Formats: sequence, structure tokens, C-alpha cells
Amino acid sequence: MIEVCNLTKKFGDLTVLENIDLKIEKGEKVVILGPSGSGKSTLLRCLNCMEDPTSGCIFFHGVDIADMKVDINVHRQKIGMVFQHFNLFNNKTVIENIMLAPVYVAKKKARRASIRKFFGKSYVAEDIKKVSEIKSEARENAFRLLTQVDLVEKANEYPSRLSGGQKQRVAIVRALAMNPDVMLFDEPTSALDPEMVGEVLEVMKDLAESGMTMVVVTHEMGFAREVADRIIFVADGIIAEDAPPEEFFDNPKSPRLREFLSKVIH
Amino acid sequence: MDNFGYKVELFLKDFIDAGGYRKVIAGLGNTLSIAVVGLIIGILIGTIIAAVRVFPKYKLMPRILNGICSLYVEFFRGTPMVVQLLLSYYVLLPLLGVRGADSVVVAMVVFGLNSGAYISEIMRGGILSVDPGQMEGGRAMGLSFGTTMMKIVIPQAIKNILPTLGNEFITLIKETSIVSFIAALDLYKAFNDIGTNNYEFIVPYLVMAVIYILLVLIISIGVRLMERSLRKGDRSM
Repeated sequence: MIEVCNLTKKFGDLTVLENIDLKIEKGEKVVILGPSGSGKSTLLRCLNCMEDPTSGCIFFHGVDIADMKVDINVHRQKIGMVFQHFNLFNNKTVIENIMLAPVYVAKKKARRASIRKFFGKSYVAEDIKKVSEIKSEARENAFRLLTQVDLVEKANEYPSRLSGGQKQRVAIVRALAMNPDVMLFDEPTSALDPEMVGEVLEVMKDLAESGMTMVVVTHEMGFAREVADRIIFVADGIIAEDAPPEEFFDNPKSPRLREFLSKVIH
Repeated sequence: MDNFGYKVELFLKDFIDAGGYRKVIAGLGNTLSIAVVGLIIGILIGTIIAAVRVFPKYKLMPRILNGICSLYVEFFRGTPMVVQLLLSYYVLLPLLGVRGADSVVVAMVVFGLNSGAYISEIMRGGILSVDPGQMEGGRAMGLSFGTTMMKIVIPQAIKNILPTLGNEFITLIKETSIVSFIAALDLYKAFNDIGTNNYEFIVPYLVMAVIYILLVLIISIGVRLMERSLRKGDRSM
């Protein structure tokens, strides 16, 4: 689904990632671990070009989205992303946060299809919908997802009135509302109070069980061991280890990983 | 100030009996409409310039646009508004062959262009004060830079800069007193005309000052009320 080849990312003179190759299959749950400053977040952010790679390719469904000529927005609509600091829209209520992008995209599609129809070109008939129809569909979908994370009663609150855990669950729902093919998580529990970590991890585990393709940067070793199909260890800008969880934790090959594990597992 | 009572009487005669109040009302109308239209044009221009100036500049086109915007801002901040008024009314319009242009309309446009330059800087500060995560959140959803700007960042920026924007409006109201340079009737011109009738300026000018103060007070209160209603989203308790 995602294929990274020869990815290099530099910030000025500093090389953060060097010649990374990585393949993520449909339905796979990949956890990225590594010491801080190792480039794991940068690697994740390159997957949807939130950071533009300095060189190399990122294929998503066979299209190189690192190519500047590609309309990145179209592809990002199919790549959900959850941030450490939630990044919910502060000027919108929970339900507006969730509905904004799906409604916007559907409206745009409808507009484009009507124009094509008008000029007698081929178009997808289902794309042409009324605005009211688009909105009620998006609302229905939003409430269905909010029910899954148990936040229906917060639908009309502003983000500032939610706890960290609630915000992150809304952020996950917001990403899911676009019906993405893959979900990227950038340290989703790192900014949370300890007692709220569980509720977010629970939602992520449910999501994993539903078969979603997931790439997760985290420090939650338990989650990595339980959910991951593969764990990738990033250190000093390279992938130092890429193994299933049992092998990763019980039989680490690279000395760098052994050193890391001895520090984080007490 | 010995015969102040007499001077008040003279003013009242001019103001009420001789129909001076009609001129004042017309002048007040012009003052307000120049300031309001100027502010609206200014906000539109300012927002566009600010958005251009914070746009990431990897490519050539944004760089060129950014250069044009900088020039624009430097010109309008670098010359006094009177000079801009005079240049547009007595130099630019005749050069373009426009005759008999309504000086109030010219004033509206010049005020708009001028405040656009100032508001662009205010707006840029406002945009930069919004957490960059808001833009990231929008872009990660697949929304374009422009859409995220319009729907997410700028509404929050405007909330942050509302007091400053109110200030800009107050400045505009007061600056309208220079439009008599291009023979437009404003509040100052109206009272000045009344004073000229019998060369007694003390009372008309005092009344004029009071009206300006009242206008500014009303605007300040309006801005405060607007601020309160906009703050709904971030009250945490």
C-alpha cells in the first residue's frame, strides 16, 4: 500500500533520515520505535508528505506522492493522521471538526461532476448530490463513529472543553470520517495524562482489530508488543531493525536496539 | 472666553436656524461611510496579502507575489495618507482621464488601500499567533492551504486581532478629517464651514471634538461586545 524507496530527509545540513526503504502492506500494523531525535516522527510525517522528502520516492497506491507535480491533497484524503497534540480545530465544535473535510470533499466532487455533466463529459452519477444530502450523510457517519468511541454527548462541545483523552479520540474519529486506507499515528499518547492513555490505546486496538492499516510512532511498548505485526526500530536516521514483536523484544539483533531495550524495559 | 454665551448663541443659530445641522449630518455620514468602506476593503486586501506572505515559498510564483505584496505595503506605509489622497485625486485620476470623480468614493478607495497595508501586517501577526498545528491538522485531512486558511486559521486569527482591528477602525474614523484636502465633506469640513460663517471657531470645534469622542466610544463598546461573543469557543469552563 505504501512503499518508501531511498528516502532521505535533511533539515539544512542535518541529515535526519538516510536512504530509508520500507514497505507497508494492506492491513498491516507497523509500530515505529526509536530513541528521541532518531527521526521516527519525521519518517512518519514523510509518509503523507507533511515533510517533503529531500530525495527518494513514496508510493501510495502506486503513485509517487513525493513528486511535487502530484496533487498531494487528493492522496492525503485517504491517509488519516493523528497528532501528538491532537490539532483539533479550535473554532469548530466536535461534530463540525469531524464533518468539515468529508463535506468539503464531497461538495467539491459534486461540483466537478455537475460541471462535467453540463459539458457532456463522462461523470460518476453518484457524485452529484445536494448539499443537504452531503451534510446529512456526513452527520450520520460522524455520529456512528462518535458512538464507537463513546463521545456522542460531546458532539456540540468545543475542543477546549474536552479532556486530552477525549480530544485524541475525537481526532481519531475525525481522521476516520474520511474513510482512509491507512492511519498514521504520531505519538498519539505522549501528550496525555497517564490515566487517559488507556482509553486512547483501547480505541486504537479496536481499530487494529477492524483490519485498518496502521503506522504508529509510540513509546508504548505494551501496545507495540500486543498490536504490531512488525516493529521498526529507527536510530541515527536508518532502520536498524525490522522484525515481528516477539523477535524484536526477545531476540534483538542490532546492538543499538539491545542498548535501547535495556534502557526502556526495566 | 468672556462672551462665551454669545458664541454659543451664534453657533446654535448657524447650526439649527441656518440649517448647519444638515451639513453636519451629511459630513457625519461621509465620515462613517469612508471609514466603514475603507475598513472592509482594508480587511479584504489585508487578509489576501497576509495569506500570500505566510504561504510557503518553495516555488517561484509565491515568491513573486510576495515581492509585489511587500512593495505594496512599503508604499502605503511609507507615505502619509494625505499624500496618497492628493496623488490619487489630482495626479492619478487626471492621468487616467477620469473627470468629475466623486471625492468621497476616491477617499473610500484610498482609505481601503491604505488600511489594507496596515491590516495585512496585523493579520500576518494574527495568523502567526495561531498554533501551527491547526494548519497541519487541516492539511493532513487533505484540505488545501487556502481552504485551511479560510476555514480554520483566519477565523481564529481574526478573533486574536479583533482589539487591534477595532483600533484600526478608530484610527480610520479620525483620519477621515483629512479628506477635505480633496474637497470631500466630512465631519471636520462641516463644522469648519459653520465656523467660517462668522469666524467663530471655538464652539463648532468643541462640539466636533465631542462628536468624535462619542463615535470612538461607541466603536470601542461594539468591539468589546463582538470580542465576547467570539470568545465562546475557547472558554474552558
